[in-house]
Amino acid sequence: MRGSPAYTPYHPRWHRRKVSTYWWLERWAYLRFVLRELSSVFVAWLVVLTLLQLRALGRGPEAWADFQVWLKSPLLVALNVVSFLFVVFHAVTWVNLTPRALAVRVGGRRIPDWLIAGFNYAAWAAASAFVTWVVVGG
Amino acid sequence: MGKRSNEPFLWGLFSAGGVVAALLMPIHLLLFGLAFPLGWLDPPAYERALAVARHPLARIYLFVFCAAPLFHWAHRFRFTLYDGLQIKHLNDLIFVFCYGGAIGGTVLAGYLLWTLSELLPWLLAWQI
Amino acid sequence: MADTITLEVARYNPESDAEPRFQSYQVPFRKDWVVLDALNYIKDKLDGSLTFRWSCRMGICGSCGMTVNGEPKLTCATFLSGCLPGPVRVEPLQNFPVVRDLVIEMSDFLVKLSQVRPWIMREREKPVWEGEYRQTPEALDAYKQYSMCINCLLCYAACPVYALDPSFAGPAAIALAQRYNLDSRDQGSEERMDILSQHDGIWACTFVGECSVVCPKNVDPAGAIQRYKVAATTEWFKSFLAPWGSR
Repeated sequence: MRGSPAYTPYHPRWHRRKVSTYWWLERWAYLRFVLRELSSVFVAWLVVLTLLQLRALGRGPEAWADFQVWLKSPLLVALNVVSFLFVVFHAVTWVNLTPRALAVRVGGRRIPDWLIAGFNYAAWAAASAFVTWVVVGG
Repeated sequence: MGKRSNEPFLWGLFSAGGVVAALLMPIHLLLFGLAFPLGWLDPPAYERALAVARHPLARIYLFVFCAAPLFHWAHRFRFTLYDGLQIKHLNDLIFVFCYGGAIGGTVLAGYLLWTLSELLPWLLAWQI
Repeated sequence: MADTITLEVARYNPESDAEPRFQSYQVPFRKDWVVLDALNYIKDKLDGSLTFRWSCRMGICGSCGMTVNGEPKLTCATFLSGCLPGPVRVEPLQNFPVVRDLVIEMSDFLVKLSQVRPWIMREREKPVWEGEYRQTPEALDAYKQYSMCINCLLCYAACPVYALDPSFAGPAAIALAQRYNLDSRDQGSEERMDILSQHDGIWACTFVGECSVVCPKNVDPAGAIQRYKVAATTEWFKSFLAPWGSR
């Protein structure tokens, strides 16, 4: 007799679903995530603004005054309002996520999340107060 | 078992930048972007602003303030482009754009802070 | 209260269908029924060809994960009363190839799981006469949360990074690696670090956090991955700045 016929194992045709380019609109949590990531663009914008400010400072009183006037223009105020909201969003999400990354154990018990976040919020407030004092007061 | 990735270094920069951005940027934007231009608070006079900025500690602070968040942006934006636009084939280009931008901004910050006059003459006077 | 509820169930027969389609079924509404009960009712009384996985029906085996109304859920833990007025849309778990109807192909995860060495690794096994490995309750507490994983794959269904790039190790695999890294009896963290501190290991994760939100056992894989990143970064700087160290 001839040898048994070659057996091809049956493999069902799997269906693979495509991921849409707009996957981040499908769930509110994904949209929040993408907005959080885009806040980095506004962080970079503030660095650019600070560099422009330093350049004006280095060029003399006229350049500094011109820069202050430029900052008052409606376009820039609008941009900075939006940037402020995004930068605060970054700060809040960052501080709230920090405890998940830094699980500190003291004496066998893990420090609760709200304590680590609270400490960071306090540091945020203290740093802000210090900067305000240096720039405005003193 | 492959060699470990060097990604930890970049993630370390991202984290440091994230902390600096979180703790310091809101107040900077509030003061310089909103409070002073909109007249809620009186801005510092030019002479005072220059005097504060020229202080060596202030220069270091401002350097870190500019450099660290740029690397935070570079890392985060790099991943946003990877995932959001799904343009993996442009990986290397994205990497160069992001980190090149961050390095460029850092160099610029260093230059601007160095040339806030008086530092060079001060150093030269010290040499003599 | 209504006495029936509609289920729209995804159907896919690989031998005859090119694309999945939806089929509607009217199922009795019982206050204490979960989606799994409804699916079993359909299979028993309405359409015996409906294919799906389930086992313990009490949230511990991890078999019955499916997408219910767009969210990854264990169907044995999703009450019909929470889905009123309906219809309830039941689809296979996202981000995995669909084999048939509501059954997905999960070998990708199983390969990744075995790659992270999810067992106690020791340089030298203690022979029996040396006694047991002792562990204090505090030491158990360090990894217990990550040992609760039931491999239900809801986290993979929720993770957009895995959706975009299936070479990502994924939340459950990394959380399980952490379960052993943090176990005081284990000595294999170096080896697992080599495997996972890679571009498609922990570094592909962007901390979206949805994996922890959908996890039915509160394993918090997102937290496990971020802690792993911190550990990997600390290790990297240590080896860079003090190469004469243990490594």
